[in-house]
Amino acid sequence: MDWLQSIDWLQLLRCFCTGGFICIIGQILIDKTKLTSARILVLFVTLGAILGGLGIYQYIVDFAGAGATVPLTGFGYNLAKGAIKGVKEYGLVGAFTGGVTSAAGGIAAAIFFGYIASLISKPKMKKE
Amino acid sequence: MKPLDSKKDYQEYVNKKSPNSPILKNCFNAFWVGGLICSIGQIILDICKSRGLSQEISGTIVSIILIGISAFLTGLNIFNKIGKFAGAGSLIPITGFANSIVSPSMEYKSEGYIMGVGSKMFTVAGPVLVFGISTSILVGLIYLIFNTQSITLV
Repeated sequence: MDWLQSIDWLQLLRCFCTGGFICIIGQILIDKTKLTSARILVLFVTLGAILGGLGIYQYIVDFAGAGATVPLTGFGYNLAKGAIKGVKEYGLVGAFTGGVTSAAGGIAAAIFFGYIASLISKPKMKKE
Repeated sequence: MKPLDSKKDYQEYVNKKSPNSPILKNCFNAFWVGGLICSIGQIILDICKSRGLSQEISGTIVSIILIGISAFLTGLNIFNKIGKFAGAGSLIPITGFANSIVSPSMEYKSEGYIMGVGSKMFTVAGPVLVFGISTSILVGLIYLIFNTQSITLV
Protein backbone atom coordinates (compact mmCIF):
# COMPACT_ATOMS: atom_id res chain seq x y z
CA MET A 1 0.00 0.00 0.00
CA ASP A 2 2.63 2.51 -1.01
CA TRP A 3 0.02 5.05 -2.12
CA LEU A 4 -1.02 5.43 1.51
CA GLN A 5 2.40 6.81 2.31
CA SER A 6 1.99 9.60 -0.23
CA ILE A 7 -0.92 11.05 1.75
CA ASP A 8 -0.28 13.99 4.05
CA TRP A 9 -2.88 13.48 6.79
CA LEU A 10 -2.71 16.98 8.26
CA GLN A 11 -3.12 18.39 4.76
CA LEU A 12 -6.10 16.07 4.29
CA LEU A 13 -7.72 17.40 7.47
CA ARG A 14 -7.22 21.02 6.38
CA CYS A 15 -8.65 20.07 2.97
CA PHE A 16 -11.70 18.39 4.56
CA CYS A 17 -12.49 21.35 6.81
CA THR A 18 -11.99 24.06 4.17
CA GLY A 19 -13.95 22.17 1.52
CA GLY A 20 -16.73 21.51 4.00
CA PHE A 21 -16.76 25.14 5.08
CA ILE A 22 -17.14 26.38 1.49
CA CYS A 23 -20.07 23.98 1.09
CA ILE A 24 -21.65 25.34 4.30
CA ILE A 25 -21.56 28.84 2.76
CA GLY A 26 -23.39 27.41 -0.24
CA GLN A 27 -25.92 25.61 1.95
CA ILE A 28 -26.68 28.79 3.92
CA LEU A 29 -27.23 30.62 0.62
CA ILE A 30 -29.62 27.87 -0.52
CA ASP A 31 -31.59 27.85 2.74
CA LYS A 32 -31.66 31.56 3.53
CA THR A 33 -32.04 33.13 0.09
CA LYS A 34 -34.24 32.28 -2.83
CA LEU A 35 -31.31 31.80 -5.19
CA THR A 36 -31.67 28.82 -7.51
CA SER A 37 -28.80 26.36 -7.62
CA ALA A 38 -27.79 27.59 -11.08
CA ARG A 39 -27.34 31.12 -9.74
CA ILE A 40 -25.32 29.81 -6.81
CA LEU A 41 -22.98 27.95 -9.17
CA VAL A 42 -22.53 31.12 -11.25
CA LEU A 43 -21.96 33.16 -8.09
CA PHE A 44 -19.30 30.77 -6.79
CA VAL A 45 -17.39 30.58 -10.07
CA THR A 46 -17.43 34.36 -10.51
CA LEU A 47 -16.41 34.91 -6.89
CA GLY A 48 -13.59 32.40 -7.26
CA ALA A 49 -12.35 34.14 -10.41
CA ILE A 50 -12.43 37.56 -8.72
CA LEU A 51 -10.68 36.31 -5.57
CA GLY A 52 -8.20 34.46 -7.76
CA GLY A 53 -7.52 37.61 -9.75
CA LEU A 54 -6.92 39.59 -6.58
CA GLY A 55 -4.49 36.95 -5.36
CA ILE A 56 -6.51 36.21 -2.21
CA TYR A 57 -7.62 32.74 -3.25
CA GLN A 58 -4.01 31.64 -3.69
CA TYR A 59 -3.59 31.76 0.10
CA ILE A 60 -6.60 29.47 0.59
CA VAL A 61 -5.24 27.06 -2.03
CA ASP A 62 -1.81 27.02 -0.36
CA PHE A 63 -3.52 26.25 2.94
CA ALA A 64 -6.13 23.70 1.88
CA GLY A 65 -4.99 22.20 -1.43
CA ALA A 66 -7.85 20.30 -3.05
CA GLY A 67 -10.20 21.65 -0.35
CA ALA A 68 -10.03 24.95 -2.22
CA THR A 69 -9.55 23.78 -5.80
CA VAL A 70 -12.29 21.12 -5.96
CA PRO A 71 -15.21 23.47 -5.08
CA LEU A 72 -16.43 25.62 -7.97
CA THR A 73 -14.65 28.67 -6.56
CA GLY A 74 -11.49 26.73 -7.42
CA PHE A 75 -12.71 26.42 -11.01
CA GLY A 76 -13.00 30.22 -11.14
CA TYR A 77 -9.61 30.60 -9.48
CA ASN A 78 -8.12 28.26 -12.08
CA LEU A 79 -9.59 30.36 -14.91
CA ALA A 80 -8.28 33.61 -13.43
CA LYS A 81 -4.84 32.14 -12.70
CA GLY A 82 -4.64 30.86 -16.26
CA ALA A 83 -5.59 34.27 -17.66
CA ILE A 84 -2.86 35.99 -15.62
CA LYS A 85 -0.32 33.36 -16.67
CA GLY A 86 -1.43 33.83 -20.28
CA VAL A 87 -0.92 37.60 -20.07
CA LYS A 88 2.56 37.07 -18.63
CA GLU A 89 3.50 34.80 -21.51
CA TYR A 90 1.63 36.15 -24.52
CA GLY A 91 0.37 39.61 -23.59
CA LEU A 92 -3.09 40.67 -24.72
CA VAL A 93 -3.91 37.41 -26.51
CA GLY A 94 -3.09 35.51 -23.32
CA ALA A 95 -6.00 37.18 -21.52
CA PHE A 96 -8.31 35.38 -23.93
CA THR A 97 -6.49 32.07 -24.28
CA GLY A 98 -5.05 31.58 -20.79
CA GLY A 99 -8.19 31.03 -18.74
CA VAL A 100 -9.79 28.39 -20.89
CA THR A 101 -6.42 26.72 -21.49
CA SER A 102 -5.88 26.10 -17.81
CA ALA A 103 -9.45 24.88 -17.27
CA ALA A 104 -9.57 22.97 -20.56
CA GLY A 105 -9.26 19.52 -18.98
CA GLY A 106 -12.22 20.08 -16.69
CA ILE A 107 -14.44 21.68 -19.35
CA ALA A 108 -13.68 19.03 -21.98
CA ALA A 109 -14.18 16.21 -19.48
CA ALA A 110 -17.49 17.71 -18.33
CA ILE A 111 -18.79 17.97 -21.90
CA PHE A 112 -17.54 14.54 -23.00
CA PHE A 113 -18.49 12.52 -19.91
CA GLY A 114 -21.70 14.53 -19.58
CA TYR A 115 -22.77 13.61 -23.09
CA ILE A 116 -21.83 9.94 -22.74
CA ALA A 117 -23.55 9.69 -19.36
CA SER A 118 -26.74 11.24 -20.79
CA LEU A 119 -26.68 8.74 -23.64
CA ILE A 120 -26.44 5.71 -21.39
CA SER A 121 -28.93 6.98 -18.83
CA LYS A 122 -32.55 6.03 -18.74
CA PRO A 123 -34.77 9.14 -18.87
CA LYS A 124 -37.00 8.11 -15.96
CA MET A 125 -36.16 5.44 -13.47
CA LYS A 126 -39.04 3.43 -12.12
CA LYS A 127 -39.03 2.85 -8.43
CA GLU A 128 -37.47 -0.46 -7.51
CA MET B 1 -60.55 32.41 7.95
CA LYS B 2 -60.42 36.14 7.56
CA PRO B 3 -59.16 37.52 4.27
CA LEU B 4 -55.55 38.59 4.10
CA ASP B 5 -55.48 42.31 3.49
CA SER B 6 -51.96 43.32 2.69
CA LYS B 7 -48.88 41.74 1.21
CA LYS B 8 -47.31 41.77 4.65
CA ASP B 9 -50.14 39.76 6.17
CA TYR B 10 -49.82 37.28 3.38
CA GLN B 11 -46.07 36.99 3.92
CA GLU B 12 -46.59 36.31 7.61
CA TYR B 13 -49.22 33.73 6.79
CA VAL B 14 -46.90 31.97 4.37
CA ASN B 15 -44.04 32.00 6.86
CA LYS B 16 -46.27 30.48 9.52
CA LYS B 17 -47.48 27.73 7.24
CA SER B 18 -44.29 26.78 5.41
CA PRO B 19 -42.11 24.33 7.31
CA ASN B 20 -38.80 25.57 8.67
CA SER B 21 -35.96 23.90 6.86
CA PRO B 22 -33.62 22.37 9.40
CA ILE B 23 -30.70 24.57 8.42
CA LEU B 24 -28.31 23.24 11.04
CA LYS B 25 -28.77 19.64 9.91
CA ASN B 26 -28.47 20.67 6.24
CA CYS B 27 -25.25 22.54 6.97
CA PHE B 28 -23.80 19.58 8.83
CA ASN B 29 -24.58 17.20 5.95
CA ALA B 30 -23.22 19.69 3.41
CA PHE B 31 -20.06 20.03 5.50
CA TRP B 32 -19.11 16.40 5.72
CA VAL B 33 -20.16 15.37 2.22
CA GLY B 34 -18.43 18.40 0.70
CA GLY B 35 -15.36 17.78 2.84
CA LEU B 36 -15.34 14.12 1.82
CA ILE B 37 -15.48 14.94 -1.90
CA CYS B 38 -12.63 17.43 -1.49
CA SER B 39 -10.65 14.83 0.48
CA ILE B 40 -11.05 12.30 -2.32
CA GLY B 41 -9.67 14.99 -4.61
CA GLN B 42 -6.77 15.62 -2.24
CA ILE B 43 -5.90 11.90 -2.11
CA ILE B 44 -5.88 11.67 -5.93
CA LEU B 45 -3.77 14.85 -6.01
CA ASP B 46 -1.25 13.43 -3.53
CA ILE B 47 -0.98 10.15 -5.44
CA CYS B 48 -0.45 12.00 -8.74
CA LYS B 49 2.19 14.26 -7.21
CA SER B 50 4.01 11.30 -5.64
CA ARG B 51 4.23 9.83 -9.14
CA GLY B 52 6.14 12.95 -10.16
CA LEU B 53 3.41 14.85 -12.01
CA SER B 54 3.31 18.65 -11.77
CA GLN B 55 0.81 20.49 -9.56
CA GLU B 56 -1.19 21.75 -12.55
CA ILE B 57 -1.44 18.42 -14.34
CA SER B 58 -2.39 16.72 -11.06
CA GLY B 59 -5.13 19.30 -10.47
CA THR B 60 -6.50 18.70 -13.96
CA ILE B 61 -6.50 14.92 -13.40
CA VAL B 62 -8.43 15.43 -10.14
CA SER B 63 -11.06 17.52 -11.96
CA ILE B 64 -11.39 15.00 -14.79
CA ILE B 65 -11.78 12.02 -12.43
CA LEU B 66 -14.31 13.75 -10.15
CA ILE B 67 -16.31 15.07 -13.12
CA GLY B 68 -16.30 11.64 -14.76
CA ILE B 69 -17.48 9.85 -11.61
CA SER B 70 -20.26 12.32 -10.88
CA ALA B 71 -21.44 12.42 -14.50
CA PHE B 72 -21.93 8.66 -14.51
CA LEU B 73 -23.46 8.64 -11.03
CA THR B 74 -25.95 11.24 -12.28
CA GLY B 75 -26.70 9.08 -15.31
CA LEU B 76 -27.43 6.16 -13.00
CA ASN B 77 -29.71 8.37 -10.84
CA ILE B 78 -27.48 7.84 -7.80
CA PHE B 79 -26.15 11.39 -7.63
CA ASN B 80 -29.63 12.86 -7.22
CA LYS B 81 -30.09 10.84 -4.05
CA ILE B 82 -26.76 12.09 -2.68
CA GLY B 83 -27.77 15.62 -3.71
CA LYS B 84 -31.08 15.41 -1.88
CA PHE B 85 -29.26 14.39 1.28
CA ALA B 86 -26.21 16.64 1.06
CA GLY B 87 -27.58 19.77 -0.62
CA ALA B 88 -24.69 22.14 -1.26
CA GLY B 89 -22.25 19.44 -0.17
CA SER B 90 -22.47 17.81 -3.57
CA LEU B 91 -23.52 20.93 -5.51
CA ILE B 92 -20.61 23.25 -4.73
CA PRO B 93 -17.73 20.87 -5.49
CA ILE B 94 -16.97 20.36 -9.18
CA THR B 95 -19.22 17.28 -9.01
CA GLY B 96 -22.17 19.69 -9.00
CA PHE B 97 -20.97 21.17 -12.28
CA ALA B 98 -20.97 17.73 -13.91
CA ASN B 99 -24.37 17.01 -12.39
CA SER B 100 -25.72 20.28 -13.78
CA ILE B 101 -24.67 19.16 -17.26
CA VAL B 102 -26.10 15.65 -17.14
CA SER B 103 -29.41 16.11 -15.36
CA PRO B 104 -31.05 18.61 -17.78
CA SER B 105 -29.79 16.72 -20.81
CA MET B 106 -31.31 13.49 -19.46
CA GLU B 107 -34.65 15.21 -19.21
CA TYR B 108 -34.60 16.42 -22.80
CA LYS B 109 -33.35 13.17 -24.29
CA SER B 110 -36.70 12.66 -25.99
CA GLU B 111 -36.07 15.75 -28.13
CA GLY B 112 -33.18 14.05 -29.85
CA TYR B 113 -29.48 13.58 -29.44
CA ILE B 114 -28.40 16.83 -31.08
CA MET B 115 -30.94 19.50 -30.20
CA GLY B 116 -32.16 17.68 -27.11
CA VAL B 117 -29.13 16.33 -25.28
CA GLY B 118 -26.53 18.40 -27.11
CA SER B 119 -28.08 21.77 -26.41
CA LYS B 120 -29.86 21.23 -23.09
CA MET B 121 -26.59 20.12 -21.50
CA PHE B 122 -25.75 23.78 -21.12
CA THR B 123 -28.89 25.11 -19.44
CA VAL B 124 -26.98 25.48 -16.16
CA ALA B 125 -23.38 24.93 -17.25
CA GLY B 126 -23.70 27.58 -19.98
CA PRO B 127 -24.13 30.53 -17.60
CA VAL B 128 -21.39 29.13 -15.37
CA LEU B 129 -18.97 29.04 -18.30
CA VAL B 130 -20.08 32.45 -19.64
CA PHE B 131 -19.54 34.22 -16.33
CA GLY B 132 -16.46 32.24 -15.36
CA ILE B 133 -14.65 32.77 -18.65
CA SER B 134 -15.75 36.41 -18.97
CA THR B 135 -14.50 37.18 -15.48
CA SER B 136 -11.20 35.48 -16.21
CA ILE B 137 -10.74 37.59 -19.36
CA LEU B 138 -11.48 40.74 -17.35
CA VAL B 139 -8.94 39.62 -14.73
CA GLY B 140 -6.39 39.10 -17.49
CA LEU B 141 -7.08 42.52 -19.01
CA ILE B 142 -6.86 44.27 -15.64
CA TYR B 143 -3.61 42.45 -14.95
CA LEU B 144 -2.32 43.53 -18.35
CA ILE B 145 -3.16 47.17 -17.66
CA PHE B 146 -1.82 47.40 -14.12
CA ASN B 147 0.72 44.62 -14.59
CA THR B 148 0.64 43.76 -10.93
CA GLN B 149 -1.07 41.25 -8.75
CA SER B 150 0.05 43.00 -5.61
CA ILE B 151 -3.10 45.08 -5.12
CA THR B 152 -3.88 42.97 -2.08
CA LEU B 153 -0.37 42.33 -0.89
CA VAL B 154 -0.39 45.17 1.60
